[in-house]
Amino acid sequence: MSESHSGDHAHPELGFIRKYIFSTDHKIIGIQYMITAMAMAVVGGLLSMLMRYQLAWPQGVSPLMAKIFPVAYNGGVMEPGFYISLVTMHGTIMVFFLFTAVLTGGFGNFLIPLQIGARDMAFPFLNALSYWVFLLSCIVIFAALFVSSGAPMGGWTAYAPLSAIPAAAPGQATGMTLWITAIALFSASGLMGGLNYITTILTLRTRGMSMMRLPLTQWSLLVTSILGLLAFPVLLGAGILLMFDRLGGTSFFVPAGIIMNQMPVDHSGGHPLLWQHLFWFFGHPEVYIVVLPAMGMASDILSTFCRKPIFSYRMMVYSMIAIAVLSFVVWGHHMFVSGMNPFLGSVFTLTTLLIAVPSAVKTFNWLGTVWGARIRFTPAALFALGFVSMFVSGGLSGIFLGTSAADIQLQDTYFVVAHFHLVMAIAPLFAAFGGLYFWFPKMFGRFMNPTLGKIHFWFTFIGAYCVFFPMHIIGVGGQMRRIYDPTQYMFLQQQQPVNVFISISAFVLGAAQLVFLFNFLFSIFAGKRALERNPWHATTLEWTAPSPPGHGNFPPELPTVYRWPFDFSMPGEREDYVPQTVPVTITARH
Amino acid sequence: MADGSGPGRITLSGIVLAALILILIVASLYFFIAQPYWFPTLASEHGRRIDSLFMAVLIVTGIAFVLVQGALGFFIARYGENGSERASYWHDNPKAEAFLLITTAVILTVLVFMGQRVWASIYFSDQPADATIIQVTGEQFSWTFHYPGADGQFGRTDTKLITNTNNIGLDREDPQAKDDVVSQNVMHAPAGKPVRVRLRSKDVIHSFFLPNFRIKQDAVPGMGIEVWFTPTRTGQYEIACAELCGLGHYRMKGFLTIDESQDAFNKWLAEAAKQ
Amino acid sequence: MPVVTEERRTGIVPPPPPVPPGGRGGDDSSGSGSSFPISKGQIAVWILLTAVLMLFAGLSSAYIVLRGVPAWQNIELPWLLWPNTAILLLSSVAIDISRRAVRRNDMQSMKRWLAVGGILGFAFLIGQLAAWRQLVHAGVYVPSTLQSGFFYILTGLHGLHLLGGVVALGVVFGKALKNRLTAFNYEPLKLCAMYWHVMDGLWIYLFLLLLLS
Repeated sequence: MSESHSGDHAHPELGFIRKYIFSTDHKIIGIQYMITAMAMAVVGGLLSMLMRYQLAWPQGVSPLMAKIFPVAYNGGVMEPGFYISLVTMHGTIMVFFLFTAVLTGGFGNFLIPLQIGARDMAFPFLNALSYWVFLLSCIVIFAALFVSSGAPMGGWTAYAPLSAIPAAAPGQATGMTLWITAIALFSASGLMGGLNYITTILTLRTRGMSMMRLPLTQWSLLVTSILGLLAFPVLLGAGILLMFDRLGGTSFFVPAGIIMNQMPVDHSGGHPLLWQHLFWFFGHPEVYIVVLPAMGMASDILSTFCRKPIFSYRMMVYSMIAIAVLSFVVWGHHMFVSGMNPFLGSVFTLTTLLIAVPSAVKTFNWLGTVWGARIRFTPAALFALGFVSMFVSGGLSGIFLGTSAADIQLQDTYFVVAHFHLVMAIAPLFAAFGGLYFWFPKMFGRFMNPTLGKIHFWFTFIGAYCVFFPMHIIGVGGQMRRIYDPTQYMFLQQQQPVNVFISISAFVLGAAQLVFLFNFLFSIFAGKRALERNPWHATTLEWTAPSPPGHGNFPPELPTVYRWPFDFSMPGEREDYVPQTVPVTITARH
Repeated sequence: MADGSGPGRITLSGIVLAALILILIVASLYFFIAQPYWFPTLASEHGRRIDSLFMAVLIVTGIAFVLVQGALGFFIARYGENGSERASYWHDNPKAEAFLLITTAVILTVLVFMGQRVWASIYFSDQPADATIIQVTGEQFSWTFHYPGADGQFGRTDTKLITNTNNIGLDREDPQAKDDVVSQNVMHAPAGKPVRVRLRSKDVIHSFFLPNFRIKQDAVPGMGIEVWFTPTRTGQYEIACAELCGLGHYRMKGFLTIDESQDAFNKWLAEAAKQ
Repeated sequence: MPVVTEERRTGIVPPPPPVPPGGRGGDDSSGSGSSFPISKGQIAVWILLTAVLMLFAGLSSAYIVLRGVPAWQNIELPWLLWPNTAILLLSSVAIDISRRAVRRNDMQSMKRWLAVGGILGFAFLIGQLAAWRQLVHAGVYVPSTLQSGFFYILTGLHGLHLLGGVVALGVVFGKALKNRLTAFNYEPLKLCAMYWHVMDGLWIYLFLLLLLS
């Protein structure tokens, strides 16, 4: 099954298992990633609903919750340890198992061969393996929720020594070990995927598909894969050292002289800041691994529904590359108050504000794309437009945090939580939703219901802003991250009503996603059929294939590309779009 | 216009989305200008500079926010499709691009320099000579404050002497420790005189957060880190931990009282020494 | 004013690019595949090597940072590391001889030297385990000092990656035995050699890092 075919010779018909479960077809693998990531999203989302319930009513007693989660809600009140586990698992699941997985694993797998005009990935078997390792990593992290000694409590950032000494908190025993294992498996899966993506994009582009004719989605996936290649191994190395500190008696991250519960702990000589440096050297590129594919997809979707070329394609490519390169020299902005040499603080402020420049360039280009457009307001278009708004909001708050002196007051408060949710969670989520509504007909040969899609959009747009914008305010007011009960502090009590508002908005936001889930699952089986191959009148190669494309994608011959993917509203053309496969004629001279 | 050079159709979706963006702009302007919830009351000297820096960044980002979101909303409202017209094919303007890029870079560079001045004034300036020196030890889940007392010398501490009642292991036999004051979760300092805090941690990373004083510094085991500030206002203020440190992170709270004068502070110190 | 992008020339369809020699695209049909000069196998191995090197780069930086900590204590490196290094270098030479042999169509020589390379590689791994035993006999375990911890972890990870190389070598040898390698298409051997040489270089680097502390 691993060879692709050109339609010349027949293939034996595959059974259900080989066709839909253990498939090496990139389209099936992509959908598998998407559905698994969606399941993880539900888990991660539920965890956050519990967190918000606690933050809004920290001292409320709930007999109902005591019935559902007797261990976590002892006597009807949430255990503080359970809260910190929620925080840790929510962050871990969302960053890795939802966002990285759905954008890079899901859309990457589905779209790359289709958009570059190939029959499948360069290494289909390895591709399938990457999914199954990913699924295994999901199972391991899910298991960490249920171990008897407690789910991990280090935050998704797992700072040492809290994460290195099993006695430092309940849940830092088996739970933490499982956490490290899951992340290691995830890294392996990511590497296999990235290897495939880079090789495929470089070597399997069809005739005429030069690099500067690639859709921005493809550029973003290529750059992201290179980022992942360089960043994830460093995390893996740090994780190995951490595992040895925990189980092997070493002290890479644990200094001498630690006293826990008034008893000395047997360690000597390591440095806690080393963990932070290693983690964030990975961690900062990771956030761009999440957001770059979102930017690429949003750009292509925006262009399609604005019926206009993306503004300044060249600068979009260069700015993506600039962001990727710079992402390796900004990690210290997570560590301004960590005890790191203040001189480094100055350096990282400079580099961090520098990385804002290519992001600003992209924002201006999105605005330039919408200017003079003729927007078709489909759900996909709405989400692409929403992406721009969310990214602007989240990006601007980053400027406060990147300025080291201003960060002193804001570090580890909800101002940071607001920033990274808007820019790394909500904006990419909007891009992912846009992508799902957009490519659904190609994936399943049916449409998602547009009315439900619009309802989903309005509630999500309003809900997301209602949840995350006020967090800037309570962060300014000083509410710290990861605290189980803000009302313990008098200086925070007067802004507690804002927490209640945020939590109620979060419940609404969560409920709105049920509309999406229903729409998605229902439409796979009973959505309106997509009878034409190119319902959105888009220009990229996947829209020349059947919906859904069969094995081999483009029967009987691979397409030839003659132009870039942004010939919308070309003066002198009959249609307001010209697919990439249409040769350039003498009359089209603009 | 057939070539997209004029406005498109004004659509319902466009208007609603633009209206929402407008509400977003108005709401954020309200919250950041009227400040119904805002920073905790300022009580330190250098905190003024941090707050001013925040305001500078706020003005810059606020203007950018209003302009960019406003433009987005305006375009969304104005450029809906109308079935027959083309959009504008225009997709490059190197001059405008260069102008915007350079302007952004210049503005950000100015912010870097402004921020640098404040950062340098905090971290690269000389330690004040005459200051109240306090050793602060964070542990799971309390803050312990160790004062040197009248002799100005800190008594010897030894980890082997740590017990539940002596959690920094102060060697009471040491002559220099006779006048030392050790208090848990209660910190005092006189107003108007610099306070130098020497931060340590016994177990995991904590973060010494004084919201009213714009002080935040991680306490890292194995490291001794010093921060200093000058209190400008009397009163009682809360101390919080700002780095996840375990189960009791949320209640790792203390109180800092700024006394009106050195005498008032000395009185408190003498009272505390008796205990 | 719309700007012409340089890709869109009027009228003329660009000629199809030549199929790259030696590499096989994922698709058997002719006329497709980009003109990318490097085969997909080579790209894949370079990508894999980049990831492996980044892993060791991260660990190296941890090593260098902790080297400066007061609690750092150097251990005495087991003397077996020296002959082991020689064995690994020789195995690299053997594999390279094998690679040159296949180019000359000397299949006998190719198989012979490939086997020598594999056996030497395996001997290196055994030698590393023996070096570990030497350390354990001297009472130096993983948690003994910071450097001992790094020693075991770095050599262990390198050994695991080299083991992967040995397995790959075995697969290539299998292909060679079935006469699947030709003078014009010996890609698996070339890729294996690439990987092996980099693992060799990595070992030299790690050895120096440990020595020069």
